[in-house]
Amino acid sequence: MPVTINVNGVDHAIDAAPDTPLLWALRDHIELTGTKFGCGMALCGACTVHVDGEPVRSCTTPISAMAGKRVTTIEGIDSREAKAVQAAWEQHAVPQCGYCQSGQIMSAAALLKSNPRPDDDDIDRAMSGNICRCATYVRIRAAIKTAASSLA
Amino acid sequence: MLRAKPLESPSRREFLKVIGIAGAGLTIGVSLSRPGSAAEVRRAASRETDGAFVPNAFIRINPDNSVAVVIKHLEMGQGTYTGLATLVAEELDADWNQIVAESAPADASRYNNLLMGPTQGTGGSTAIANSFEQMRRAGAVAKAMLVAAAAEEWGVPAAEITVQNGVVSHGSSGNRATFGELSALAAGQPAPDPASLTLKDPKNFRYIGKSLPRKDVGKIDGTAIFTQDIRMAGMLTAVVLHPPRFGAKVKTVRDRQARDSAGVVDVLQIPGGVAVLATDFWSAKKGRDLLEVEWDESEAVRYSSPKLLEEYTALADKPGLAARNDGDANAALSAAAKVIEATYEFPYLAHATMEPMNCVVQVQDGSCEIWNGAQLHTVDQSLVASVLGIQPEQVTINTLYAGGSFGRRANPHSDYVVEAAHIARAKKGTPVKLVWTREDDTRAGYFRPMYVHKIRGALDAEGNPLAWEQRVVGQSILAGTAFEEFAIKDGIDASSVEGASTLPYTVPNLRVDLHTVDSGVPVQWWRSVGHTHTAYSTETFIDELAAAADKDPFEFRVGLLKDHPRHLGVLKLAAEKANWGSPLPEGRARGIAVHESFSSFVAQVAEVSLQDDGGFRVERVVCAVDCGIAVNPDVIVAQMESGIGYGLSPLLMSEITLDDGKVVQSNFHDYQVLRIEQMPEIEVHIVPSAEPPTGVGEPGTPVIGPAVANALFAATGRPFHRLPLRMEKTVAS
Repeated sequence: MPVTINVNGVDHAIDAAPDTPLLWALRDHIELTGTKFGCGMALCGACTVHVDGEPVRSCTTPISAMAGKRVTTIEGIDSREAKAVQAAWEQHAVPQCGYCQSGQIMSAAALLKSNPRPDDDDIDRAMSGNICRCATYVRIRAAIKTAASSLA
Repeated sequence: MLRAKPLESPSRREFLKVIGIAGAGLTIGVSLSRPGSAAEVRRAASRETDGAFVPNAFIRINPDNSVAVVIKHLEMGQGTYTGLATLVAEELDADWNQIVAESAPADASRYNNLLMGPTQGTGGSTAIANSFEQMRRAGAVAKAMLVAAAAEEWGVPAAEITVQNGVVSHGSSGNRATFGELSALAAGQPAPDPASLTLKDPKNFRYIGKSLPRKDVGKIDGTAIFTQDIRMAGMLTAVVLHPPRFGAKVKTVRDRQARDSAGVVDVLQIPGGVAVLATDFWSAKKGRDLLEVEWDESEAVRYSSPKLLEEYTALADKPGLAARNDGDANAALSAAAKVIEATYEFPYLAHATMEPMNCVVQVQDGSCEIWNGAQLHTVDQSLVASVLGIQPEQVTINTLYAGGSFGRRANPHSDYVVEAAHIARAKKGTPVKLVWTREDDTRAGYFRPMYVHKIRGALDAEGNPLAWEQRVVGQSILAGTAFEEFAIKDGIDASSVEGASTLPYTVPNLRVDLHTVDSGVPVQWWRSVGHTHTAYSTETFIDELAAAADKDPFEFRVGLLKDHPRHLGVLKLAAEKANWGSPLPEGRARGIAVHESFSSFVAQVAEVSLQDDGGFRVERVVCAVDCGIAVNPDVIVAQMESGIGYGLSPLLMSEITLDDGKVVQSNFHDYQVLRIEQMPEIEVHIVPSAEPPTGVGEPGTPVIGPAVANALFAATGRPFHRLPLRMEKTVAS
């Protein structure tokens, strides 16, 4: 019995076990590979997507919990906040290897949606769950502030 | 007991075979097109088209006026797509916006690392250093041929033609043409000898020295393709159950339940474990969870970390093989009035790239195609060919962006690539994507080795170092690899002692000894290799000597570096920019460290604050780097930031430990790494230089540990000899 999930505004009938994590439904069934696999335990944030606008770790979220919800991935974000974050990411040359950056951008966009003027502590709290092994943290912090200013 | 003899693997012999072939001028035909692959989409933009001008192996100028620069090194975040493209664009006088970077195929006859002999590979922070002249000459050749084409077309002397921002023009006639317009005609021009061309005087550089935007694009919108993202028609995903202890083998497998699990296509026994193949990752993983495997552990590693530490520490009390021996350190120490002694402990470390190891392989009769963030192409080709019984040149490698490496993907045994090849061989014709979970990745070994150092030092009557005796105990990274022959001399693996055997300070009696041991745990280079531990021990011990001499640690170093101007340059710059010596608020302190690695020089001043809970914070780091000519200053700054952040994890929280042979840690909850709230503010200063450029991917990493530890020493009066420090409790305990 397929599970239907709405991703980036489109309904997809997924023929997979209901316990399949949203991450793997996105990557292996819908073939949206911008959302990354990093840890499988909601410890690193590489798999962050928005579910009804809230940041969610898709690697531990089963597709069975997605009925009636709207999932937005890096391929589908087009909010003001997301565009500002992406522009700031480019301006500050944030990405290095780039593997974690979809998740970083999803977390940062969600932060600015709920808190348009985050201070350092707000940024730490919102971004602490997103690991970057290239340690681009200095630039992530600066880019979030740039994005916030551009939205003000 | 520790085994004395290093492991001998077949990789070295296989590798030398490859060298023989490559040395004879091997040219490999490479098919870049594989219908249905995601990677194909990315390639399409820059694939060779009719009328393209291909002056050499590094440049393709297309009629649409795009210039593809073929990058022989792996882009893993360090910025090599940008750096190498800059070198070509400079001499070609291209417009930066017309440049597209793409990965070279595996072909050591054209794409070898000039500092690694006949090997194609990325490592040792050598990409810019070995490419600096090669890529500029490639650009100069292309430009000369474009100019010759224009001269022929317009009937004017080539000497009167100028090239700027991708436009070829002739002043008096008013003729102008883009590279694209000239591409077909340029392709027919004779190629000049690259060595005959005069390269630009550095004062005329337009791109080198500027922070041009990066060329590793697609990283802010999810479109960049990593190995993990490859999809192909009919592809299967494989996950592998590895043994719980290194050296164990499969004894029996009960796979009925796994085979019956939804989506599972096959279960295979391979040399390294049991592979479950399925239509998708989650089905494969669920299938693996249902395997019942009994292991033969008769040759398995059964060490626990405390036992290893005990054996290493005992060895550190005895002399080893001398890696450096100036004067007579032992005699000087015996005669000294006061001897300072420290024993350092460094645990195993995992690389913990964000993208866990993975590889896509498709095997056909007499050929094999690989999609991977390949870092040591020549070795991968050789070892995969040996598994498949084909020739190395029959192994095609498509190099994709790597989601980090820090050395891990340059495995001299090609461990995970060979594992994928074993699986794909059994499913001939079917593309197979091997995916390691985070747990697989954390527990698979190829760790930065565990080390113990013991240092004894003494001062003379003026408070200058009189003697320094350092003993290093640990596994050899290079024993049993293709690199053994030139990296291990007289029993000394240079990578075990680098940074200690090269101590720059003036010490008349200096001895550095090595004890090479083998615990059976697979080990490998990890960002900055031997410097990960030697910079820490030497740069903290020099602070202990300075304290014993009652001297300022910065002034103490300056006095001992008279013959090392580039060390002094970065040291003084970092100290000046950090206002070394100026007063700090209560509870704050600074530490300084300087270290050369991979021919680059880095000094850092770290500022720490003691916290009410007994822990501390690293507040700010001022970094100075001398890497010769700065090709792209912003990429250099980014690599210093990255190196500092990467180096803070093993200082503060990361360690791999063994319990009865099993790796204790498994994921980011117990193999902890730096998060944003632990990242200090960082300020980077680049020393202006006309020296040939050297690398920046690694040299920032080893310096931060001792800089912070020295700040804590200044704040508390206590030296710190055991890593990781563990932030919360270190100062209070």
